Amino acid sequence: MAVWRVKFTKTKRDKLAQVLWILNWFSVLTGAILFSLGIFLKVELNKQEEMMADRDIHYVPNMLIAVGLIACAINFLGGKICYDCVDTNKFLRWKLIMLPYIIFTFFFTFCVLVGALMCYTMRGELEESLNLGLTQAMKFYKDTDTPGRCFLKRTVDILQIEFQCCGNNGYKDWFQIQWISNRYLDMTHKDVADRLRSNVEGKYLMDGVPFSCCNIDSPRPCIQQQITNNSAHFNYEHQTEELNLRMKGCRQALLDYFTHIMQSIGLTVLIIWLFELSVLTGVRFLQTSLENVLKQGDPDSESDGWLLENSFMETARTNLNIIKSLGKSNQIDDGNNGDPNINVPSTSIANYGPDNVPPKEAPEAS
Amino acid sequence: MAVGKLTFTKAEREKLAEVLWLLNWISVLTGAILISLGVFLKVEIQKWQEVMSDQGILYVPNTLITTGLAACCINFLGGKICLDCADTNKFLRWKLVMMPYVICTFFFTSCVLAGALMCYSIRSQLEESIFLGLRNTMRFYKDTDTPGRCYLKKTLDLLQIQFECCGNTGYRDWFHVQWISNRYLDMTSSIVVDRLRSNVEGRYLMDGVPFSCCSTLSPRPCIQQQISNSSAHFNYNQQSQQLNLWRRGCRQALMDHYTGIMQSIGLTVLLIWLFELLVLTGVRYLQTAMENVIRLGDPDSESDGWILENSLAETARSNFNIIKNLGKCYQIDDDPNINVPTASAEQEVPSRGVHIPVTS
Repeated sequence: MAVWRVKFTKTKRDKLAQVLWILNWFSVLTGAILFSLGIFLKVELNKQEEMMADRDIHYVPNMLIAVGLIACAINFLGGKICYDCVDTNKFLRWKLIMLPYIIFTFFFTFCVLVGALMCYTMRGELEESLNLGLTQAMKFYKDTDTPGRCFLKRTVDILQIEFQCCGNNGYKDWFQIQWISNRYLDMTHKDVADRLRSNVEGKYLMDGVPFSCCNIDSPRPCIQQQITNNSAHFNYEHQTEELNLRMKGCRQALLDYFTHIMQSIGLTVLIIWLFELSVLTGVRFLQTSLENVLKQGDPDSESDGWLLENSFMETARTNLNIIKSLGKSNQIDDGNNGDPNINVPSTSIANYGPDNVPPKEAPEAS
Repeated sequence: MAVGKLTFTKAEREKLAEVLWLLNWISVLTGAILISLGVFLKVEIQKWQEVMSDQGILYVPNTLITTGLAACCINFLGGKICLDCADTNKFLRWKLVMMPYVICTFFFTSCVLAGALMCYSIRSQLEESIFLGLRNTMRFYKDTDTPGRCYLKKTLDLLQIQFECCGNTGYRDWFHVQWISNRYLDMTSSIVVDRLRSNVEGRYLMDGVPFSCCSTLSPRPCIQQQISNSSAHFNYNQQSQQLNLWRRGCRQALMDHYTGIMQSIGLTVLLIWLFELLVLTGVRYLQTAMENVIRLGDPDSESDGWILENSLAETARSNFNIIKNLGKCYQIDDDPNINVPTASAEQEVPSRGVHIPVTS
């Protein structure tokens, strides 16, 4: 009761081998696509690495790169095998390798599927990483004289301009940090001293934002200082004013950007996985039908091809027994499955007859 | 005394035909490259069309696109012709077309050269156009409520942010323009009224710039108001002033951008022109060689190929005569087929009477 038995004539086998040869070469291309998708994702993540706190999110692109390289190698080998399978003589060369090859490829396609699913599950960690990274970057915005942090101002400004966002969750995040360095504050001035004193930690807080938060869609020149004070500006009401500054938070903007990239990549990898699975099925059919042809002896005859020789349950049971036997290989085995070649002396005494029995007198021949 | 005479054996002629077939197909590709270069330049110019005053610059990419299309068609035809030229019989099909084809392609390659030279010569027109366009855009920056001009503020802000520039020649251009609309000025405030009155045209001028002029390289938060007043800001030294805003003018920034693009395009088009000229020379040799073979009668013999049958001066003279005669086609000339009665009429010979002696 084989799983999915199909009959193959000689021409069908030859055609299958040729088609699989082309499909395997196509799969080498898709392996290269996987590799390049991994590289692309890695480059994009590296571009924004200053905004991300230390979290291990690079395992996703690394996995895609590794899987892509292995896919290229496996499908290259598969192409060579299928090319030789047209001829029964050449198939004998590959006969012993084919079954391990198919098993290995089956587990490999499983890795491809895992890679695709990881693209979708990465989101949560990414959000956490961005949240922490952005908070840090905004805190160190003013430290343009501290080595190691002197480019954070530029990075944050360019981020807010490029991604059209402001702050972590919104522009009000800038009200809670001091983003103007003390070097540029006139400490002798009364207003400055008052503001510093009004704050527990002695920070110079104000309801103003950096220029990179300004929205270019606004019909009026940008209002960056005294944002919450309606009377400071003519014809201005900050509760209803939506066009003056960017309303979106940078965490949300970056998350949307990366989610979009990863959903596209995940979809492509799923499609590649389905393709690899169909190629593997074809190779399995080819292998079983060629082995049956060899068993029958006549290279031109029809033969059967299948996915599994017995039903699914029996195959699982047989494989489980094989694995169990591998475990017991060092024990002496004298049950019914004992190896008949081993000379095991029997425990019962050899029966040569009762002791001290005088030999029968031979009747005299007269 | 032919120009560039070469002798071709049959094998050489066939090889030349094959090579030319391949080169013609490559030329179709280069024609496609010309088209894409034209489209690219058109898109780039149209991106910043709003800050340019004169739309006549678009004739350069349009020329490139048309030339590219013509190149594809001409070289496609040339490929078909050259494929047939390997065989003397098939060549007879194209015999009458080839000479006009060669002449047409010769004039076409000069169009390609003109296209390449245009890329270099358009620079001054472009600069003028950008200068005037930017000046107008800055004047209309505040008019976000006027239909037709409401997007100029956004365009100019984007330009200054993207190209890292400020104003026309520099940031001081903003000091001469009212860039804050009257809608957002409190006319009841005495400061505002004073400023408006201090100006002849009643404009609200200030030494401030829009936020898009702010430099991201500055170590301190951007100073946009009272830029020329050092005492208005704490620790506002020379270095702070240098790094605070973008120093380059947007006219210079846009000119550099477009000059770079057009120099690369011009160089590529020149290379394509040389390639087309080469292919044309090969086709001319093939044409003359095949015609001479047919004249000799034996398809397997050697034949001569040339660029011009006579020297350049003689060819020019004969062509000139042809053009002159085309002009005179309605005048009666001495075509031997027309019966023109001569001016001196022949004397009529009196008919002799035939004297038939009467016999009895």
